Amino acid sequence: MAYDYEKSIRPGKLPHIWCPGCGHGIVMKGLIRAMDTCELDRDNTAIVSGIGCASRLPGYLDCCTLHTAHGRAAAFATGVKMAKPDMNVIVCGGDGDGTAIGGNHFIHACRRNIDLTYVIMNNLIYGMTGGQFSPCTPTGAMASTTPYGNPDPVFDISKLAIGAGATFVARTTAFHATQIDKLIAEGIKHKGMAIIEVLDDCPTTYGRRNKFRSVTDMMKRLKDMAVPVAAASKMTAEQLEGKVLTGVLYKEERPEYTAQYANVIKKAQGA
Amino acid sequence: MAKKVALMQGNEACAQGALYAGCSFFAGYPITPSTEVAEVMSIELPKIGGKFIQMEDEIAAIAALIGASLTGAKVLDSTSGPGMSLKQELIGYACIAEVPCVIVNVQRGGPSTGMPTGPGQSDMQQAMWGTHGDHAAIVLTPASCQEIYEETVRAFNLAEKYRMPVQIQIDEICAHMRERVQFAEPGEMEVINREAPSVAVEDYKPYDASKGLIPPLAAFGSGYRYHVTGLNKAEDGFPTTKAELVDAEERRQIDKVMLNLADILKNEEYLLEDAEIVLFAYGSTSRSARYAVNELRKEGVKAGMFRPLTMWPFPDARVAELAVQAKAIICPEMNLGQMVREVERVAKGNCEVAHIGRVDGEPINPGQIIDKVKEVL
Repeated sequence: MAYDYEKSIRPGKLPHIWCPGCGHGIVMKGLIRAMDTCELDRDNTAIVSGIGCASRLPGYLDCCTLHTAHGRAAAFATGVKMAKPDMNVIVCGGDGDGTAIGGNHFIHACRRNIDLTYVIMNNLIYGMTGGQFSPCTPTGAMASTTPYGNPDPVFDISKLAIGAGATFVARTTAFHATQIDKLIAEGIKHKGMAIIEVLDDCPTTYGRRNKFRSVTDMMKRLKDMAVPVAAASKMTAEQLEGKVLTGVLYKEERPEYTAQYANVIKKAQGA
Repeated sequence: MAKKVALMQGNEACAQGALYAGCSFFAGYPITPSTEVAEVMSIELPKIGGKFIQMEDEIAAIAALIGASLTGAKVLDSTSGPGMSLKQELIGYACIAEVPCVIVNVQRGGPSTGMPTGPGQSDMQQAMWGTHGDHAAIVLTPASCQEIYEETVRAFNLAEKYRMPVQIQIDEICAHMRERVQFAEPGEMEVINREAPSVAVEDYKPYDASKGLIPPLAAFGSGYRYHVTGLNKAEDGFPTTKAELVDAEERRQIDKVMLNLADILKNEEYLLEDAEIVLFAYGSTSRSARYAVNELRKEGVKAGMFRPLTMWPFPDARVAELAVQAKAIICPEMNLGQMVREVERVAKGNCEVAHIGRVDGEPINPGQIIDKVKEVL
């Protein structure tokens, strides 16, 4: 179906800065479709990001947009949402920004279950600074600062979010483009902290060093590793080796933070 | 009707001043000796429908502060030395993005964890130079509970008027001593709110220099959609690396302070008309200095005190005049030489400049000051 993306894009701000083959553009289109599905009022929508390639996304969208400091997007977004709970607040950024320097803010936003929709683009690398390893870079993989292979263990962002208390956690990949908007839309509608992890590709600084000869190879990796949650339940541990579950991984109803604080206000006012 | 008065700590007076100024959002992280500011705000803000949030660390607190301010709220954060160091990056963000916010730093000893319950005046240079890059800073240094109350209102007014972070530097002595504070009636003290844009939505530019040195700031959710970034930006808020635009924006952000010194600078002059010995003192140290001046005058020594309530921007012009008038300027402070550097810079060798420093967690007492004055004489 043809879709009018232009109405959501700020006039004159394209072309974007992302490299050819980067998945961030696919995620941005998914986000636009999700915002449209949810009929978000762009005047009343804040999109907040940190630093890095993925964090440049808000600049392209015609909303109230806030490009902050490295790792601090969730904390800025918490301030926006807390001060103006009726505002739709969407956070977006990469794996390094969100789970390394921003790890503390990430887990505490999850713990509070504040009503943010956090789209985290996991391309396994620090792209903007030239390909240093992130907490999501696979062990053994090559990066500009792991010349002998990455010795570090890996964060599973979705598991981290569930463990920290996010009440909606979903995962998909940049290959599964039509699933991105559906999961983000579900996250936006969810009252509470929604994490949508999108496994993404960085052909320039990750693929080049890790023997992915083309963007197609990288996309094929995403396609091959993804197993929908329902399908996974019928698979053996052996079959699931090296695979990643996709779809809605976790969902629960738990009091949302700004709603909880509204109760504090009522109590303080003697109601 | 009698005015409302209360016996309270400086930290509590700070919170009360913030509420008078219209503060509706507090974000902070507990750190001694600043905690009472947060505690009072946690009680009082929800009563008026405001928001209090205790964040996961000091960086998160100022991040939330900036986010909240962009929705139009008047915002306060309180901290102490190490917390202030952690906030420095985002103080720079608030400078370049021009977001009003007020940060109270209750100073303790340092460096590092130092003496968490002891007083210090050890963050005076950090207050100006802590963040990276060139920027202007507004830093206030009140010296009594009443003054903390009133200067907190002024801090909010300056933050809103000049669209920037304003710091209040209190030392632990002023923060924790209890004094009579007289509350102002509504309307009695000036309360300034940031200027909102009046242009059509499609014409709004958050850094439009044609609107003056301080362009109006729209609140998120008020119908104006715009972009905020920590990158060097053009007048529309979007990143630029064009040399002339970057240069003009950086200079405007400093000019808005340095071209409004008459509005921003505030100080007290005590017996300075004929003073040959000038004590340059601030915060709790100024209270010892005042006592010393009185004692010295009894002995016929022409001593006086210059007490800045605005420490940054530094009161260059007046201190330069005093350096010509006086034999010596003596700077007592609870550090090993922070503001005395500025006095020396401005005095340009026109008079002797001496320092009394103390970093043992004890206040500088009048006797120490009197001894130093006699030594200089």
